[in-house]
Amino acid sequence: MVLSKTASESDVSIHSTFASRYVRASLPRFRMPENSIPKEAAYQIINDELMLDGNPRLNLASFVTTWMEPECDKLMMAAVNKNYVDMDEYPVTTELQNRCVNMIAHLFNAPLGESETAVGVGTVGSSEAIMLAGLAFKRKWQNKRKEQGLPYDKPNIVTGANVQVCWEKFARYFEVELKEVKLSEGYYVMDPEKAVQMVDENTICVAAILGSTLNGEFEDVKLLNDLLTKKNAETGWDTPIHVDAASGGFIAPFLYPELEWDFRLPLVKSINVSGHKYGLVYAGIGWCIWRTKEDLPEELIFHINYLGADQPTFTLNFSKGSSQVIAQYYQLIRLGFEGYKNIMENCQENAMVLKEGLEKTGRFNIVSKDNGVPLVAFSLKDNSRHDEFEVSEFLRRFGWIVPAYTMPPDAQNITVLRVVIREDFSRTLAERLVLDIQKVLHELDVMPSKKDIDIQKTKSVAAAWKRFVEDKKKTNGIC
Amino acid sequence: MVLSKAVPSSSHDASLDCTFASRYVRAPLPRFKLPEESIPKEAAYQVINDELMLDGNPRLNLASFVTTWMEPECDKLIMAALNKNYVDMDEYPITTELQNRCVNMIAHLFNAPIGEEETAVGVGTVGSSEAIMLAGLAFKRKWQNKRKAEGMPYDKPNIVTGANVQVCWEKFARYFEVELKEVKLKEGYYVMDPEKAVAMVDENTICVAAILGSTLTGEFEDVKKLNELLTEKNKETGWDVPIHVDAASGGFIAPFLYKDLVWDFRLPLVKSINVSGHKYGLVYAGVGWVVWRSKEDLPDELVFHINYLGADQPTFTLNFSKGSSQIIAQYYQFIRLGFEGYKNIIENCMENAKVLRQGLEQTGKFNIVSKEVGVPLVAFALKDRTYYTVFDISENLRRFGWIVPAYTMPADAQHIAVLRVVVREDFSRSLAERLVSDIHKVVQELDEQVKHVTKVVTTQVDITARGGGTDGALVHKSEQEIAEEVITYWKKLVSRKKTSGVC
Repeated sequence: MVLSKTASESDVSIHSTFASRYVRASLPRFRMPENSIPKEAAYQIINDELMLDGNPRLNLASFVTTWMEPECDKLMMAAVNKNYVDMDEYPVTTELQNRCVNMIAHLFNAPLGESETAVGVGTVGSSEAIMLAGLAFKRKWQNKRKEQGLPYDKPNIVTGANVQVCWEKFARYFEVELKEVKLSEGYYVMDPEKAVQMVDENTICVAAILGSTLNGEFEDVKLLNDLLTKKNAETGWDTPIHVDAASGGFIAPFLYPELEWDFRLPLVKSINVSGHKYGLVYAGIGWCIWRTKEDLPEELIFHINYLGADQPTFTLNFSKGSSQVIAQYYQLIRLGFEGYKNIMENCQENAMVLKEGLEKTGRFNIVSKDNGVPLVAFSLKDNSRHDEFEVSEFLRRFGWIVPAYTMPPDAQNITVLRVVIREDFSRTLAERLVLDIQKVLHELDVMPSKKDIDIQKTKSVAAAWKRFVEDKKKTNGIC
Repeated sequence: MVLSKAVPSSSHDASLDCTFASRYVRAPLPRFKLPEESIPKEAAYQVINDELMLDGNPRLNLASFVTTWMEPECDKLIMAALNKNYVDMDEYPITTELQNRCVNMIAHLFNAPIGEEETAVGVGTVGSSEAIMLAGLAFKRKWQNKRKAEGMPYDKPNIVTGANVQVCWEKFARYFEVELKEVKLKEGYYVMDPEKAVAMVDENTICVAAILGSTLTGEFEDVKKLNELLTEKNKETGWDVPIHVDAASGGFIAPFLYKDLVWDFRLPLVKSINVSGHKYGLVYAGVGWVVWRSKEDLPDELVFHINYLGADQPTFTLNFSKGSSQIIAQYYQFIRLGFEGYKNIIENCMENAKVLRQGLEQTGKFNIVSKEVGVPLVAFALKDRTYYTVFDISENLRRFGWIVPAYTMPADAQHIAVLRVVVREDFSRSLAERLVSDIHKVVQELDEQVKHVTKVVTTQVDITARGGGTDGALVHKSEQEIAEEVITYWKKLVSRKKTSGVC
């Protein structure tokens, strides 16, 4: 006898996703669900929820790249299952990283011979790069102090108060004191003279920023180098410099080749740059370059027997994807020097358009400089009725994400809005942004100020009038 | 007058060239300096793609635990999220929420003592390395604070682990200035011995780290026993030393296959656990998780509240900007597979590992070093190491396309060398059977060579070549080399007979 199954219900697997029961079930939040669901349903559900995330390309808050050519996307997808750390298994990928390190080291004028390999490493971002550089300085300093028979338990680092948070993380996690040079109104970067004054025998390095997060300015690394050289000659302390070129590292060589900020200055021992900012790669890649082998203590380097081969490594992370390293190499050979230069020039141009548009409204002070990272930081001339945070909020309704934030000490009374001009922020978008900002200003102008509105007062005034009217008008009949 | 540009007759629009007709594939690829000029994107793509063909095939890389295959739907989600910087929590609230959901799910999977709607304490990281550094930092800071409060010295923290720890523990120790006290292994016992570990604990120990899924043999360490012994010691000494479980591989295996194994937060001394999302979490490389038992186990002073891009953001990570793709992929796997899906996949892996193991045993040439309970991998050593080593086998297997690493055990078992095959989700039975037959071929080839060499060598040349190989085995010379030596010897012999005329 042939057994047959009666299909009383249609086979659920033929349901289109939105016809299936999966889009009626509530999404698991705390516990892993017991059962599997079809991959189409899983894809659709997640994709749909993610529609409510901001649009990365309209996120004008971020320096991090949000667009790459489709050819590069192809390379990235093909490499998504390659674990970067398996150097033995993926020798070409490892070689590509080395080529990137060499190219970037040469871009920064590292003192290398023609075919000499540079000392550097690819990281997940500038945070990791800075931690590695900081560790190298800390260890070098400790070794030097131990040799001299001096105490080495209180290392410190001198930076400006405008540093990005990863320096504070480094200080806190690696037990190094952070000595910050305070800013002042109108001067939003580290003052080299004050910085050098703060240097003492426990200073492991002075960190200068090329491209301050707040207003895009380049700090005067040359002046710092000159002053620090003098101090070193007097004290014999030999304090080095690290340049945090997270944003500026891929701008200065193309737009300001005469600006001396890199290894051309003798005290600069290491530089970090974010591949995922103006290196024009998606989030997840940074680079740290050391001047020479001597600047990276060998004891920090691990030689490990991983998966059967010897592997020197100096990173905090181990397994990670290969896609971004390959993408960085793609950009370097695809664009070359002229390509990067053209893109940076375009960014600067569009920043000018935005800046001029904002100036024409007559309502803003421009806080950012023309030279530096292509961004526009601006504050309201008059923020007594409405402040920058409200402007930022209102702009969200148009789709733009433009952050507002207060400066660090000692300029906390200054609030700015900041728009970062990335590669994919074209002139049309710049013009549209100016228009939308004007619309927002109009709306805010007619809105009562938060400070004017006193709800209680309004209510009590209304109540008083009501009583007044009722007392006068005692009518029984219908009006 | 109309000006017109004369078109040279030999004009050739280079942009019409297909990539392989263009000059770009004749130019040497830049290695040291940024090239001056741009090149077309098709050329850049092709040139890089072609060079990368010479990388190993990730799916045949049997050395790695890290996931090498995901469903196309997930690939789509990953592609779409490539340009989302994960750290912009304010701009991408959904992505941030997905991370939080993953943390909650993992915490519950590990039986963290949290209420039904209570949010777990944990974070997504780039991998277990970062997760372990964060957990270690938390232990170090807690211990320092405790010692400061007691007025005791806090400058010599140490951590107790087995010698079988993955390198990231050594990194943590070296970079964060914590002493690493390793419990040595011995032949036949390749994990940390809980008794020896507890014996090594002193007042400066910030934690004892146990591994669920040793990299070397896949074994699970006995965390329960460690917990019991350590509880006793804590009572005697009053030191309150906690446990961290490095469940990088085992964290997504034990809950599905070995539900009764007590290794997680069910043990009171376990304060934090890390797991790699990119190993048996079944996500591509680049995501790990660390979960703390409760808020008290993560000192607030380590958590940063920052004004990033205009919003307050609590963060405890080493990395800052990074891609969002892997977090989304992890969530996809959790809801797509659910408990039953993960269970089925791991069970398949175990089955295929068994097939491989039995196939190897049948050759009669190998000792199986890995256990049957643990991470689905097969670690095996040669019974007879006189003529060739596992390193030779590993090298020869490469010719077939397989990447199977060979390595020596850490101290004190350095004389043992093993080959290790990790069975991942995408290692099907047919591949297992093919691998066995290829290993068979390799072993047969090596045996043939040995026989051949022995024949030639014993008749003519003195066996003086020794060296290489950690166990001092004879390094077999190639046939060619032997032949050349024989020829040279005879030549010398003959030339002594000095004939003037032509032979």
